Amino acid sequence: MAESDNIVVETAEKIFADLADPQTINNDKNNSWQAPLWQALSEAGLPLAWVPDDLGGSGASLADGFALLNAAGRFAVAVPLAETMLAGWLLAQAGIAAPEGEMTIVPASPKDRITLDADGALSGRARGVPFAKAAKHFAVLAHGKDGAVIALVDASKGRIESGLNVGYDHSDTVTLDKVQPITIKPAPEGFEQTNLMLMGGVARSLQIAGALEAMLDISVRYSNERVAFEKKISKFQAVQHNLARLAGESAAALAAATSAADAIANAKSFNDEVYLEAASAKIRCAEAAEKGGSIAHQVHGAIGFTMEHILHRYSLRALAWRDDFGSESHWAVELGKLVATRGADELWPLVASR
Amino acid sequence: MTAALRFDPIRLPEKCEQLRKEVRAFLAEEIAAGTFDPNKPNREDTDAPEFSRRVGAKGWLGMTWPKKYGGQERSFLERYVVTEEMRVANAPTRRFFVADRQSGPVLLKYAPEHIKMEILPRICRGEICFAIGMSEPNSGSDLFAAKTRATKTDGGYLINGTKIWTSSAHIADYMIAIFRTSPPTKENRRHGLTQFLVKMKQPGIKVNPIGQITGQYEFNEVVFTDHFIPDDHVLGEVDGAWKQATSELAYERSGPERFLETYYVLTELVRAVGPNPDTRSAEGIGRLVAQLHTMRRMSVSVAGMLQAGKEPVVEASIVKDIGTVWEQQLPHRVRDLAAFVEETATNRETLERQLDFAIKTAPKLTIQGGTTEVLRGIIARGLGLR
Repeated sequence: MAESDNIVVETAEKIFADLADPQTINNDKNNSWQAPLWQALSEAGLPLAWVPDDLGGSGASLADGFALLNAAGRFAVAVPLAETMLAGWLLAQAGIAAPEGEMTIVPASPKDRITLDADGALSGRARGVPFAKAAKHFAVLAHGKDGAVIALVDASKGRIESGLNVGYDHSDTVTLDKVQPITIKPAPEGFEQTNLMLMGGVARSLQIAGALEAMLDISVRYSNERVAFEKKISKFQAVQHNLARLAGESAAALAAATSAADAIANAKSFNDEVYLEAASAKIRCAEAAEKGGSIAHQVHGAIGFTMEHILHRYSLRALAWRDDFGSESHWAVELGKLVATRGADELWPLVASR
Repeated sequence: MTAALRFDPIRLPEKCEQLRKEVRAFLAEEIAAGTFDPNKPNREDTDAPEFSRRVGAKGWLGMTWPKKYGGQERSFLERYVVTEEMRVANAPTRRFFVADRQSGPVLLKYAPEHIKMEILPRICRGEICFAIGMSEPNSGSDLFAAKTRATKTDGGYLINGTKIWTSSAHIADYMIAIFRTSPPTKENRRHGLTQFLVKMKQPGIKVNPIGQITGQYEFNEVVFTDHFIPDDHVLGEVDGAWKQATSELAYERSGPERFLETYYVLTELVRAVGPNPDTRSAEGIGRLVAQLHTMRRMSVSVAGMLQAGKEPVVEASIVKDIGTVWEQQLPHRVRDLAAFVEETATNRETLERQLDFAIKTAPKLTIQGGTTEVLRGIIARGLGLR
C-alpha cells in the first residue's frame, strides 16, 4: 500500500494536493473548494472506484480503494468520497448500477434497521448518516421477510434532520417513511448488515490512520520550529517521548487498518478471521485517535486549539470517525462475544490465523 | 518521515501454517508427558535440558542459519511461528532461547570459522545455554558507561570487573559480553568497547545469585577476576562493539516474546468468563484481543522486514515499546475484569495463581531488552528529533 506504487493513489494525492490543501481549505469560510474538488475526483473516477466497469464505475480493486481512503485520511478530506465509494460497493453487491453524484450509506450504525414492507417500500430511521444532506442518492441495506435487500433510493424521498459530528461534518438522521426505491434487488446469499458495518469500519480505520500520519508529520515539523525556553521544543526529552508515543499510535493504527484491508481484499467471505481483523482495526484505530490526537494537541500548545490552525481538521475528524459504522465499544463487545463463544483454547488459533 | 513507519500486512506463507501444526502437536505431546504445565508460568524452567534437546532434534533451533553450522536455512517467518507457539504454550524455552535469538546470530556474523564450527551446531542441538553480559553495576541501559576491563596480555585478554542482571548466568555454558578495551575518546563516547565470547565455569568467573520479586531466581551478578580469554574469542572489531551490540538488540525487540509474556492470564480470563459473558467482560476482552491482534500484525510485519534483509531498528523499537507496555498492563486489566467472575468458575484457582505471578512479573517487562525511555529515544531519533 505504499503511496508511490499505486496509480489510483497517485492520482488522488495529486488532486488532494492541488484542490484540498488543508491550510487553503481552512482559510476558506465559504466552502468554495468543495465543488471543484468533487468535480476533479469524479472526473478521475474515484468516488465510484469500487464499482465495476459494467455498472458505471472505474473498477478499481478493493486494495486500491482502501489505499485511496488512507490517502484521503492524510488530507482529512471532507467531501463524501468514502461514503460514495461504500455506497457504490454496496450497490454492486446486488448488481445495481451506480448513478453519478454524491451518495451515502443507510444505515451507518449497526443498531439501526431499515425494513422492507410487503408493498416494496422502505421504512426506518438511521442516525449518524455521514453526508446524508449532501447526497443525491442513498444506498440502502434493508431487511424484508425474505432476507436482506439492497436498494438505490432518491435522497429527496427521505426526511433528513441535519446534524454535525465533532469534526463539523454532516452526520444526519435519515427517516424513510414508506419510500419506494429506484431499484431494489436481493442481497447476495449470506450478506448481512454486519458485513456492511465491518466494511465501513475498515474504511474509517484507514481514514483515521491517514489522519494520524498527518498529525505526526505536522507535530514533528512544529516541534522543530517552535522555540521555548531558548530551545527548539523538539530537543526536550519529554516532547521527544510524547512524539515517540504518537508515532507508535500512528503506526499501530496504520498496521491494524492496512492489515484489515488486506484481509478483506483477499477474503472469499466475511469469516471469523475477517471479523477479527475488521473489528480490531476499528477498535485500535479509535483508541489511537484518542491517544494520538491528544498528544498532537499537547505538542502544539494553545495554537493547535485554534480554528486558524489545521490540526483540528485531523484531530476532530479522527475522533468523529470513531462513531461511524459502530464505535470501538460496540465492536469490542461483539469481538469479546465472538471470542467467548469460540472458547479459551480457540483464542490463540484465531489470533494466529494469518 | 512517516514513510519509514509503514508496517506492511505480511501474510505468513502456507509452509508456516504447516509448521505451526507440527509445533502444536509436539507441545501437546510434551504437556501430556508432563514436561511442563502450561497453566503454571511460575515453574522453575531454568533447567529443562532434555526439552531443549528435543526441540533441537526437531530442527527448531538455529532455523535460519546455514546448514553447515547445523542450521536449517529456513525463513525468519518460520522461526517466528515456532517462537510464538512456544511462548503461548508457556514452554520452558529459557535454556535455549537467548542462544537461538541473539548469541548464535552474533557468532555467525563475528566469530572466527573454527569457533562457529565448534559452537553453532551445539546450539542447534539444544545442548548449550548462553547469557548476555551487557549491564554493569551503575551502568544498566547506559551501555557505554561499562567499566569492566579487558587488558591485553600474551595470547589474549585478562578480564576484571562485574556484570549484573545477567539472566541464566548460573546455568549458561557461554556468555557474549562487552568489555572495555580502551577509554572512550573525547570525540566518541562509544569508542573502546569490545565484544567477547566468554566460556563460563572457568577460573576467574564467580556467579552470585540475585533473587527476583517474583520469587524466582534468574538474575545473577558475574564477577571476573583476572579471567583469561584467548585472542580468537574476540568477536568483531576491537574497540568497535557499540554498533555490533546495538544491532544485536534489534533481534531482541520485535519478536512475539515482547508482547506475549503475560498472555496466559487472558486465555484463563476467557475460560473463567465462559461462553456467555456480560457486556463489561465482553467489551474488556474484545479490546484486549484487538490490541493483541494489532501488535502481532506489527510484529509479523517486522519479521517480514528482517526476512527481506532490512534493519528495522525504529519499527522494532515501536513494537517493543507498545508490546511491553501492553503485556505489563494486561495482568492489571485482567484483574479488573476478573473481579466479577463467578466463584464457581472451574479455573478460578488457576486464574488467581496466574494473576499473582503475572502481577509480580509485570514491573520488569518494560526494562528488559532496552527500557521504554531508551526505546522512545531511538524512535525520536528516527523521527529526526535528535
